[in-house]
Amino acid sequence: MKTARILPLLTFVALLLGWEALVHIQNIPAYVLPAPSRIFVALREDWELLSAALFVTLKITVLALALATGIGVALAILFAQSTWLERTFFPIAVILQVTPIIAIAPLLLIYLDAGTAVLACAFLVAFFPILSNTALGLSSTDHNLRDLFDLYGASRWQQMRLLRLPSALPYFLGGLRIAGGLALIGAIAAEIAAGASGQGAGLAYRILEAGYRLNIPRMFAALVLISVAGIAIWLALEFVSTRLLARWHESTRARSP
Amino acid sequence: MSLLSLSQIGKTFPNGTRALDQLDLAVSRGDFISLLGPSGCGKSTALRLIAGLERADSGTLTWDEAKPDIGFVFQDPTLMPWANVFDNVFLPLRLKGVTRADATPKIMDALTRVGLGDFADSFPRELSGGMKMRASIARALVLRPALLLMDEPFAALDEITRLKLNRDLLELQAELGMTVIFVTHSVYESAYLSSRICVFSNRPGHIIETIDVGPSGPRGEEFRLTSAYLETCQRASAALEQAMERA
Ligand SMILES: Nc1ncnc2c1ncn2[C@@H]1O[C@H](COP(=O)(O)OP(=O)(O)OP(=O)(O)O)[C@@H](O)[C@H]1O
Ligand SMILES: [Mg+2]
Repeated sequence: MKTARILPLLTFVALLLGWEALVHIQNIPAYVLPAPSRIFVALREDWELLSAALFVTLKITVLALALATGIGVALAILFAQSTWLERTFFPIAVILQVTPIIAIAPLLLIYLDAGTAVLACAFLVAFFPILSNTALGLSSTDHNLRDLFDLYGASRWQQMRLLRLPSALPYFLGGLRIAGGLALIGAIAAEIAAGASGQGAGLAYRILEAGYRLNIPRMFAALVLISVAGIAIWLALEFVSTRLLARWHESTRARSP
Repeated sequence: MSLLSLSQIGKTFPNGTRALDQLDLAVSRGDFISLLGPSGCGKSTALRLIAGLERADSGTLTWDEAKPDIGFVFQDPTLMPWANVFDNVFLPLRLKGVTRADATPKIMDALTRVGLGDFADSFPRELSGGMKMRASIARALVLRPALLLMDEPFAALDEITRLKLNRDLLELQAELGMTVIFVTHSVYESAYLSSRICVFSNRPGHIIETIDVGPSGPRGEEFRLTSAYLETCQRASAALEQAMERA
């Protein structure tokens, strides 16, 4: 258990030390490859600028994820009411999903202002895994349990609330974890597509800007923040997921070694 | 007094399996009917038809009055994994609009009857196979149904618990005035419990022999020593053997 936690940490530290040593030994200039210590300095010096940008990106990501959850789940419930509805509208969701967001972003930027366009991109990529996973979950309800609910004369709404939604929960949470990462990617991709017009000034915009100025350490510092944001989102969703499934789902069952 | 009758029931599944053919069965109020037969002869299908979960494609099923409250113990425990034992047993009442507060004494009563009084807060995955089955029985009892359908409810239990639950079931039946239709593989169980045993034969399923055992009601352990009981066992065994040969 302990080694399982320490080992990845040690590997990571070793990697950083190796990087640091390489830069010093080879005398690589900071505008080619900054050492980790140099990146850390940039992070501290530009903290005001970068933390504001981090906040912007995180806000968009979280907002997009919330919208994707609400609309995705609502649509999945709607699709569960009739296969006819599902067959009609699901293909549209698939088309939106398979078209790379980086290709849609410039179009959206024409129709919407930059902030809204970035939000829309992040929403579009986060929305599909939630919709498709929840729809799958809603249609995978145990048949015996459905019989049981029928036997006791459960209404459609009761079946949905007491049976189909709870049994779809693990599927939904699986989709949510994927969507969390994708929302961040969508937001970053759209910010980059927005480029100089991105007065919203999220992290991706700061990377572009630093790139134009050849401020490589700041580019790396912004990159670090993006990774940290992604990891934080993943951890938060993982935490929510295990909490919700803790006592009943097979995925949270401890196995004796 | 008659409760329901099945006449000339036939059922073929979409994949072509003919599960039941010309099934006749008359059920009176207060009966304890066992359906005994080899695996795959259509016993579960017959129960599901009676419960209205499956539709016959020929023949008629008539209730004498309106269809009563039915309790169903499925062959699998069929518990909601995300709900604890209490909430699982609460389900039938909840669907009928009973509040949790009103339901609590009934739920605890049903749980105590099956010996799960201390496990109300446990989740299904924390229970043994037999305990899950008992939770499922408690859920079927909690509505105090007029008709109780049980599909091999005690198959997963140890012998002692099984004997105890057999006894309890008869007492409960008398107390609540229930009619019970009970599927089993065990000749002894059917002979002890039933007022009537219907022996099924295979492919397509129908009743090859009906054995009247006597009025239903609580029976003590000493019933297992009577000559009537032993004779019933012999007749049921012989009929079952015959059913197996035809399979
Ligand atoms: N949903 C279904 N679709 C197709 N065939 C089915 C279905 N359910 C049951 N059958 C078939 O119908 C026949 C009777 O099944 P049933 O479950 O009623 O048997 P059973 O007497 O309860 O058997 P067991 O004692 O093993 O539980 C079997 O041959 C089975 O394969
Ligand atoms: Mg069966």
